[in-house]
Amino acid sequence: MNQLDFPILSLMMGLPMLAAIICLFLNAQAARLLALATTLALFVLGVVLWINYDIGGPQWQYVERAELFGNFAWALGIDGISMMLIMLTVFLMPICIGASWEAIQERVGEYMSAFLFMEVLMIGVFAAQDLFLFYILFEAGLIPMYLIIGIWGGANRIYASYKFFLYTLLGSVVMLIAMLWMVQEAGTSDIPTLLNYDFDPAAQTWLWLAFFASFAVKMPMWPVHTWLPDAHVQAPTAGSVILAGVLLKMGGYGFLRFSIPMFPEASEQFIWLIFVLSMVAVVYTSLVALVQQDMKKLIAYSSVAHMAIVTLGLFAFNRQGIEGAIIVMLSHGLVSGALFLCVGVIYDRLHTREISRYGGLSINMPKYALLFMLFTMASVGLPGTSGFVGEFLSLVGLYKVNSWVTLVATTGIILGAGYMLYLYRRVAFGELVHEDVKAMPDLSKREMALLAPIAAAVMWMGVYPESFLAPIRGDVGTLVARIDRAAPEGDAHLKMGSAEAVTEQKLSSADGESH
Amino acid sequence: MDYTISLIFTMPEIILTVSSLLLLLVAAYGGVKSANIVTLLSILALAGSSLMALVFLTNPSYEFGGDAFGGLYRMDAFGSFAKLLIYFAAIVSLMVAPRFFNAGGEYRPEYPVLIIFAAIGMGMMVSAADMLTLYVGLELNSLSAYVLASFIRNDERSAEAGLKYFVLGALASGMLLFGISLVYGFAGSTSFSVIGDTLTGDLSTGPLIGVVLVLAGLAFKISAVPFHMWTPDVYEGAPTPVTAFFASAPKVAAIALTVRVIIDAFGGQTSTWQQIIVFVALASIVLGAVAAIGQQNIKRLLAYSSINNVGFLLIGLAAGTAQGVSAMLFYLVIYVLMTLGSFICVMEMRDKDGKPLESLSSLAGLSQTRPGLAAAFAVFMFSLAGIPPLFGFWGKFLVFDAAVAAGMLPLAVIGIAASVIGAFYYIKVVKIIYFDEPANEIVATGNKTENGLIALMAVAVSPLGYLAIPALAPVTSAAARVLF
Repeated sequence: MNQLDFPILSLMMGLPMLAAIICLFLNAQAARLLALATTLALFVLGVVLWINYDIGGPQWQYVERAELFGNFAWALGIDGISMMLIMLTVFLMPICIGASWEAIQERVGEYMSAFLFMEVLMIGVFAAQDLFLFYILFEAGLIPMYLIIGIWGGANRIYASYKFFLYTLLGSVVMLIAMLWMVQEAGTSDIPTLLNYDFDPAAQTWLWLAFFASFAVKMPMWPVHTWLPDAHVQAPTAGSVILAGVLLKMGGYGFLRFSIPMFPEASEQFIWLIFVLSMVAVVYTSLVALVQQDMKKLIAYSSVAHMAIVTLGLFAFNRQGIEGAIIVMLSHGLVSGALFLCVGVIYDRLHTREISRYGGLSINMPKYALLFMLFTMASVGLPGTSGFVGEFLSLVGLYKVNSWVTLVATTGIILGAGYMLYLYRRVAFGELVHEDVKAMPDLSKREMALLAPIAAAVMWMGVYPESFLAPIRGDVGTLVARIDRAAPEGDAHLKMGSAEAVTEQKLSSADGESH
Repeated sequence: MDYTISLIFTMPEIILTVSSLLLLLVAAYGGVKSANIVTLLSILALAGSSLMALVFLTNPSYEFGGDAFGGLYRMDAFGSFAKLLIYFAAIVSLMVAPRFFNAGGEYRPEYPVLIIFAAIGMGMMVSAADMLTLYVGLELNSLSAYVLASFIRNDERSAEAGLKYFVLGALASGMLLFGISLVYGFAGSTSFSVIGDTLTGDLSTGPLIGVVLVLAGLAFKISAVPFHMWTPDVYEGAPTPVTAFFASAPKVAAIALTVRVIIDAFGGQTSTWQQIIVFVALASIVLGAVAAIGQQNIKRLLAYSSINNVGFLLIGLAAGTAQGVSAMLFYLVIYVLMTLGSFICVMEMRDKDGKPLESLSSLAGLSQTRPGLAAAFAVFMFSLAGIPPLFGFWGKFLVFDAAVAAGMLPLAVIGIAASVIGAFYYIKVVKIIYFDEPANEIVATGNKTENGLIALMAVAVSPLGYLAIPALAPVTSAAARVLF
């Protein structure tokens, strides 16, 4: 069956499902404890998954398959990319539960149940090997997220929950029709088989657009990003963390798993579209972030800008670009999650997200200011943090394809530094002018315990990214080989010298190697 | 002529006919006191007929079915499957009736008898092999339905619903009959199979109008746009158990009948009916979705929801393949469960005097006062919206799969995109139940029957429903295959 002789992925979905049902019937404290225990147990299982993952082994590992009905199967299995995203999920989930420990006081059982159900779906989306199973899990996330935003959200939560639900649903229903067509054409709903099935390029165009509708909304790409700031601002802190940390990654994962390898020709054909939308997103949403008065909204817009770097990296069609995009996804999952937690920490104390209400927090909350600075720097992409690794690789990959797009995208880094440092200055530096802010206590032990692991992971990824790159290297290689035939001609190659000179150069380099 | 075989084939109807006549006598002599015992016996009679239909469906010796009474009536897997669903819906609407009617006055024994009469009519409809059987079955069902709609005599809305239903129903029957007479005139027979053999190639204007009129009459019965106008008024005015019945059993019967007429009688005219069905399907989906948005009455909202669902069902028919019909049958099963479930939830909306409440606002904050009921209601709403992993998604999945397989991509894309509009009002109900502050209007609790049925249906449309697919899918495809 797999290297553990044990259906670990099914266990990772069954365990939280069971806990989610039990939570509905528990009182508040018991539900919190059960949710925390379950998510921690899943984190341990995730670590087991990573340790036993055979780097360089078969592409699909931990494969499980049970035929259900028709051509529909309970098929699970992961490659390195899925595994890293599952790790991200199981890492963030206990932190989300911890972040809701005191902030959520109403209907705790239902809340924990919704989060555990989300975890089932997120793990399932990344592990599904059957197209329809993927779709069902992908869509099912709407229900718990709708409830989380709508029940436990802020003042304008109802508008935000509608917007989130309808936007995302409209995006994905068309994808279902495309999936039905693909399965009829290829005769199977098995994702690994479909990954190597060559659809007719004319049909690919339509299929690609249908998938794009779904993933672009989920990602989110400009101009269909407008649900995100609303959803983020209104969702409870943990909801924002899971939304930014994992749900947005489903869009990127979708491009990576479906659009690009299944429709390489169409992907190449639509590179211009992705590039234009992403360039606009990088510049426009960064500028919008610069003028935000609400902290969560600012971070939400910065998410759109970062996700645009992901799409640019993915559609660079080369190894650096794709690996970079994956690292940006992981890094952004950690960093934006941490930033939302940082906002949550001070929101819990003062119950406002307005930036101007704060100031001088480095004086009375030094620990908080330190961690907040670390995550700010990671968001900016400072070397030594995870943000740098991902953005640098993506931009290098992109530069090989189109230097003008890279030029525009790189301004995003500068603008990013602008809005993040501006945010940090207004919140942490300056004088303590407000009396109520002066009275705010520094991080509690619980809050430290939430932020410290993320800080450690961010620096680990920044200092030694090889731990995270090694499992995905083989899979990116497979992907690049698959799409090579459609890879665009780059514009950034250095001009070659004359034929003679090249020969000489080759000879000399051959000489050099023989020594 | 051998009547034995005919009598065996029509056994479900015979059981119901005999028992309904006997029960009518019991009701006449026993008066109001006998209501409960008549209800119980009616349920037993329906269960007996269901058993008979089940035997026809599962026993291999009846696999290919057969004609009864010289080709007027046809027993086959398709009809038996539809009958099982119809009888199930009828039994459920009998089980929940006593409590409802007792709250507003008295429960009279005519109710179960009328339901059985309607069930006989519906059984004839789905087994009809001849235009005249079709018409007789349809009228038997409709006449019982008119009386059922106005069953609460003292209630103006109920009386109005009955009258409205009667007038518009008569109009539709007129159109249907006119269509049938035209088709008979040109085909020379009222038998589906003869019509199917005769009406081939390009149609002249006469039979074309006939086909269109027959379809119009049927569209009225399934409340498809543009013949849907009666639905919200009748659903709102009729007593809730009757509305639950209207939205489930007659809908199954009318849709099964439509399928049979279209495939058997007009099978040679695919291009003629297909464009009509495609239009009707899309119009129903869009209108059912858009018109429901502004509704404040939960029963009206569910009426538009049923129009919307009929649109999705017709997408399976538009495909015109065995796969499409099989998908429709499966969808019907899920639809009946969702609809009955949501109407029983509506029945539980009572104020402190036990009077029924119908406005959406009285549902506000239900999740804090009645968490179980609220969760079930939310499950039905998400399921009607077709959001996975609930079972309602599977029905939509199957019909769209059939449409895509038949190459009708534009239809599938427009239909599924319009389903998002519908999702809006379903999640609006969930919003009222879960997000709003409690209105505390719903105080009376349900009894064991209601709660048990709601729980049963909620579990059936929850993701656990998928476990039934391996058992149900072969049955629906076998039932669909007999038509082709």
